[in-house]
Amino acid sequence: MFEGRVALVTGGTRGIGAAITQALVESGASVAAGYSRGRESAETFARQMSQKGAAVSIHQGRVDDVVDCNRVVKEVMDRFGRIDYLINNAGITVDKTVRKMTVDDWRQVLDVNLSGAFQMTKAVLEHMIERGSGRIINISSVIGETGNVGQANYAASKAGLFGFTKSLALEMAQRGITVNCVAPGFVATEMVAAIPEAALSKVVEKIPQRRLGRPEEVARVVRFLLEDDSSYITGAVYSINGGLDM
Amino acid sequence: MDSLPFHGRVGIVTGGSRGIGGAISSLLAKEGGTVAILGLPEDRARAQHLASRLNGAAPRLHFYETDVGIYERCREAVAAVLEEHGRIDFLVNNAGITRDHTVRKMTIDEWEAVLQVNLSGPFFMIKAVLDAMLERGYGRIVNISSVVGVSGNFGQANYAAAKAGLIGLTKTVAREVAKRGITVNAVAPGFIDTDMTKSMPVQAIESAIAQTPEQRLGKPDEVAQLVRFLLDDKAGYITGAVYNINGGWYM
Ligand SMILES: NC(=O)c1ccc[n+]([C@@H]2O[C@H](COP(=O)([O-])OP(=O)(O)OC[C@H]3O[C@@H](n4cnc5c(N)ncnc54)[C@H](OP(=O)(O)O)[C@@H]3O)[C@@H](O)[C@H]2O)c1
Ligand SMILES: NC(=O)c1ccc[n+]([C@@H]2O[C@H](COP(=O)([O-])OP(=O)(O)OC[C@H]3O[C@@H](n4cnc5c(N)ncnc54)[C@H](O)[C@@H]3O)[C@@H](O)[C@H]2O)c1
Repeated sequence: MFEGRVALVTGGTRGIGAAITQALVESGASVAAGYSRGRESAETFARQMSQKGAAVSIHQGRVDDVVDCNRVVKEVMDRFGRIDYLINNAGITVDKTVRKMTVDDWRQVLDVNLSGAFQMTKAVLEHMIERGSGRIINISSVIGETGNVGQANYAASKAGLFGFTKSLALEMAQRGITVNCVAPGFVATEMVAAIPEAALSKVVEKIPQRRLGRPEEVARVVRFLLEDDSSYITGAVYSINGGLDM
Repeated sequence: MDSLPFHGRVGIVTGGSRGIGGAISSLLAKEGGTVAILGLPEDRARAQHLASRLNGAAPRLHFYETDVGIYERCREAVAAVLEEHGRIDFLVNNAGITRDHTVRKMTIDEWEAVLQVNLSGPFFMIKAVLDAMLERGYGRIVNISSVVGVSGNFGQANYAAAKAGLIGLTKTVAREVAKRGITVNAVAPGFIDTDMTKSMPVQAIESAIAQTPEQRLGKPDEVAQLVRFLLDDKAGYITGAVYNINGGWYM
């Protein structure tokens, strides 16, 4: 389905991002997956993907560092010659109540989750405009809609992505570029594994379906939005959360 | 990828003989599904015409004359589908009408007619299929709402109220059946090129296009792809959601 297409997935070697990389590879795309810290595990992941016969490259870089963003995009362009899809997936949590949250905690999360998406988008946008086509997907979160105790920084960054997505969607509407958000509920990845078990079982109790989502389920929504036939969908927020937030 | 992912599946598309519904039933039949089209007497010939263009998939389209605004008719149709095809995996509540007037000029009849078909109709259909789905612990329900249900629209108080109500119905049923393998979602299209929009005054269509950031109407097939995505087995974690498809008209 995506033969000849190139996707850049930030945080694309772990968790939800890894599932997105895999889904796109299985649909025939070449995928450039970003990572920031885990070189070894990123390399292992890339080897696994390559065994599927697909072109997967990994790129080290911090999305909160504009120099890294531009360098990674250049690496991907040098290697594949084009970028059709950008998936802004890299994200972190630094959870504390506002009373205890330091300015650094606040800034760090906004820098990665929100400014990171902006900087990566800036780095690919001219290329997409030139070609008159592109798809940008921002991975937001149910928390961006509902807020959450101990996640003021995270919720603000993820709600910020809604505003960013919609503004950019309007700016790009006549240029063949769609911009959308996918807002997952709680998904079984390392990010959720960091939640203490007692707290997690409380969370699951609040989910009408009484289970966590799987990374592959989120990846399916992303893949759908990337299809050529999905061009009338822009500025939208597609939730996938087992009914947690309706 | 499996070329007939809906093989062996049976479902209902109300108002499925033309427009958005026609695109949904054709797509599902092409992908192997058996589709019961529920519609008004005048839809019978349209359903036949639709089938005639499907070649191999034609035998999988079946027409049941049903006014979805009448609960008894919905129950009869669902009973007939169950008897003839043995199961119901999905329901798409697509049948809808407009009776546009500003509130000052809108008659009580116009108000009631639109609510009856666009809001009570989906409730009746859900009520009619739900036991069969609960028994099997599996089901996919998609309600076709509208961007107007969220944004409101000049001259469409009845339609906007019905489509907003449909979102409330979607979320409530989604909660009630969340643990039973059934998902319930709404799709909210913007302005789509069908008979419904063709019946709008030319000026109104032009202004709708002008107000759409992508500067075009959507195509029924584009909406059908989204509905099909939500009906997939693998879409099980998506429930109570409202998915917009509107070229940026409303965000
Ligand atoms: N899991 C959930 O329940 C859930 C729910 C809603 C939304 N989300 C969102 O989904 C996205 C993925 O989450 P996940 O659960 O898959 O998280 P995860 O398993 O913790 O993975 C996070 C990814 O982001 C990368 N990353 C972190 N900081 C980075 C930086 N400064 N620069 C570049 N890359 C960076 C990581 O790469 P390295 O390991 O190399 O640092 C890693 O690949 C996030 O945006 C998250 O907010 C997750
Ligand atoms: N066309 C658009 O721009 C648009 C935008 C948003 C939402 N929608 C919604 O999408 C759905 C389909 O719209 P469309 O544009 O394809 O409309 P359409 O007028 O082309 O088709 C509607 C179908 O529903 C059938 N129907 C009407 N009343 C019925 C009843 N009481 N019982 C059974 N069937 C009945 C009609 O006979 C027809 O086949 C509607 O719910 C509509 O409100 C349409």
